Amino acid sequence: MRSHPLPSSSPGASSRIAASASHGIVRPPPVIEPARSTRELSTISVAPAAPVPVVVSRWTTGRLAIVAGVVLYLVVVLVLPLIALVVETVRAGFPAVVRALSAPDARFAMQQTLWLTLIAVVVNTVLGVAIALVLVRHRFPGRRLLDAVIDLSLAVSPVMIGLAFLLVLGREGWFGPALEALGGRVAFAFPGLVIATLFVTLPYTVREVANVLAEVGEEEEQVASTLGASAWRTFWKVTLPNIRRGVLLGITLTAARALGEFGAVLVLGGAINRKTETATTYIYGAIEERQVAGAYGMALLLGVVSMLLLLAIERFKDRSPDA
Amino acid sequence: MNVSVSHVSKRFGAYTALDDVSFDVRSGELVALLGPSGGGKSTILRIIAGLELPDEGSIVLGDEVVDRQHPRERRVGFVFQHYALFRHMSVADNVAFGLEAQHAPKEEVHARVHELLHLVGLSGLEKRRPSQLSGGQRQRVALARALAPHPKILLLDEPFAALDAKVRGDLRRWLRELHEETGVTSLFVTHDQEEAFALADRVVVVNKGRIDQVGSPLDIMDDPATEFVARFVGEANVLSGTPSGAGARVGPLDIALDRSAPGNTVHVVVRSYDLKFWRDDANGVATVRRVHALGDRVKVEAALDGVGPLFAQFPRRSSLLHGIEPGCRIAVQITKARAYPATA
Repeated sequence: MRSHPLPSSSPGASSRIAASASHGIVRPPPVIEPARSTRELSTISVAPAAPVPVVVSRWTTGRLAIVAGVVLYLVVVLVLPLIALVVETVRAGFPAVVRALSAPDARFAMQQTLWLTLIAVVVNTVLGVAIALVLVRHRFPGRRLLDAVIDLSLAVSPVMIGLAFLLVLGREGWFGPALEALGGRVAFAFPGLVIATLFVTLPYTVREVANVLAEVGEEEEQVASTLGASAWRTFWKVTLPNIRRGVLLGITLTAARALGEFGAVLVLGGAINRKTETATTYIYGAIEERQVAGAYGMALLLGVVSMLLLLAIERFKDRSPDA
Repeated sequence: MNVSVSHVSKRFGAYTALDDVSFDVRSGELVALLGPSGGGKSTILRIIAGLELPDEGSIVLGDEVVDRQHPRERRVGFVFQHYALFRHMSVADNVAFGLEAQHAPKEEVHARVHELLHLVGLSGLEKRRPSQLSGGQRQRVALARALAPHPKILLLDEPFAALDAKVRGDLRRWLRELHEETGVTSLFVTHDQEEAFALADRVVVVNKGRIDQVGSPLDIMDDPATEFVARFVGEANVLSGTPSGAGARVGPLDIALDRSAPGNTVHVVVRSYDLKFWRDDANGVATVRRVHALGDRVKVEAALDGVGPLFAQFPRRSSLLHGIEPGCRIAVQITKARAYPATA
């Protein structure tokens, strides 16, 4: 450390601002003086390179602007509505919310959503892992087509999906009469909700697991088979532990989507009170009927559950593959 | 256990990976598949293991034709270049995997794991995860894992290519000793001729999906079957010449040939240690361009009159180097040369 010739009257901060303003521009001597003293200051804190602090401060300003923009955008688009939801729920009054949510129709909708989520998670985890294995580990004609079809439900509006199923499975749809003759109803009944939910949640586990499978590679499985392990043993002992992270991530995403699905279950299920109503269609109905407490309460409940799932996702993301 | 590869061909779409490949590995031998990258060496290994199916041809392991057997029935030990250890299992569990898959009794598994980890010098690391081991240690775990279920043959795909030079050299010596100790028939793939010659009893030279030559390291060094082998193995000059009598004429030189070839033009291959240069200002036939010191050897690059570049290597203290410097004229004597048809 050596003492530097900074005039005691000019503090470092103000000279730094002067320096950043003068950067790259030829100025008359009086302005150069504080700029140089900033450089000398920098040789003490940072190592060499005279103009470094100027560049850094500029870059920081730019970066600050970007960060501020992103944060502002997220606040307006994501955080503000959530805060509004919390505030309005509180204003509606806690007892009223509890009363509305413990009413039979609300409890029915919650249970229905819970069941649908459970079914979607179980079915699409098993199917998702199987499909991912087929897509990543096998080569067959039509593989790319199958790969593209898996993503269909991500690309297409859920309302359209519901409508398309209605055309096939509805009472006047292609297989409607046949289903009716067999004594089963799909559209506007629980099976319709299940099909709609399964369809929209299909891609998540497939994608997550396929990514991990591709990343992990095939060699460990090949070694296992040369060591005499059956396909079943190889799957449980080698493949599954390696893709565990992808499976867990897939499950959380599937659950989150199943909880929140609205369009497809509305069109194919019809949101019939205490028959095909789910948590999301309940919220919609409650708003229509101006049952503010029920709508806000249910929305907040869904929001909280989704956020817990989000936390779970972050946990899985952070975990290193070797852990 | 004998291994026999006969008339194996394999295509990937329009690309021919293997074209009528046949060779044998005798029981207890250590054989190298040597050749440039992308020549089909690894495909041969994968076909023997059953990880790839040949379009034509047959594989015999011991006295069994195994073409219809799944990899798990073939009892081969496979070691990948990047180890392919089971990353979520401990070292001991990795080594035990094959025995457990065959439902061996617990005490036997335990004893064998102990024995193998001792053999590969990793006793005490049983509980480590693969991520906690160095590259050389990982490769030794992979070897122990492959050897544990008593394979008929050990297949190693570029086993040392991912390791740094020092570890590679140590592991090479160690593998040779291990082979002598266990006597397991072994076939390994390498693109490194030094590695092939240092380790193998016999070398199979593979080029563009075909086998150019099978022989001991000395056979291959001293009598390359094709121009490719002659050029691939060691540094060599390749000169265009015309046959004359029993030899060939290359520019101002008459060269005696150990091996002749048909045609009006032949390629004469001369190893860098099979020719002599000495200073001859009056009757020289070449001019020295550069002299490089390569540790214990010196490489001299010259231009042969009317022909082109010609190089040779000499021991550092060789009397032949006396007076040799860039720009001087030299006489050239070729002591050993072979000719190949000038088609390639």
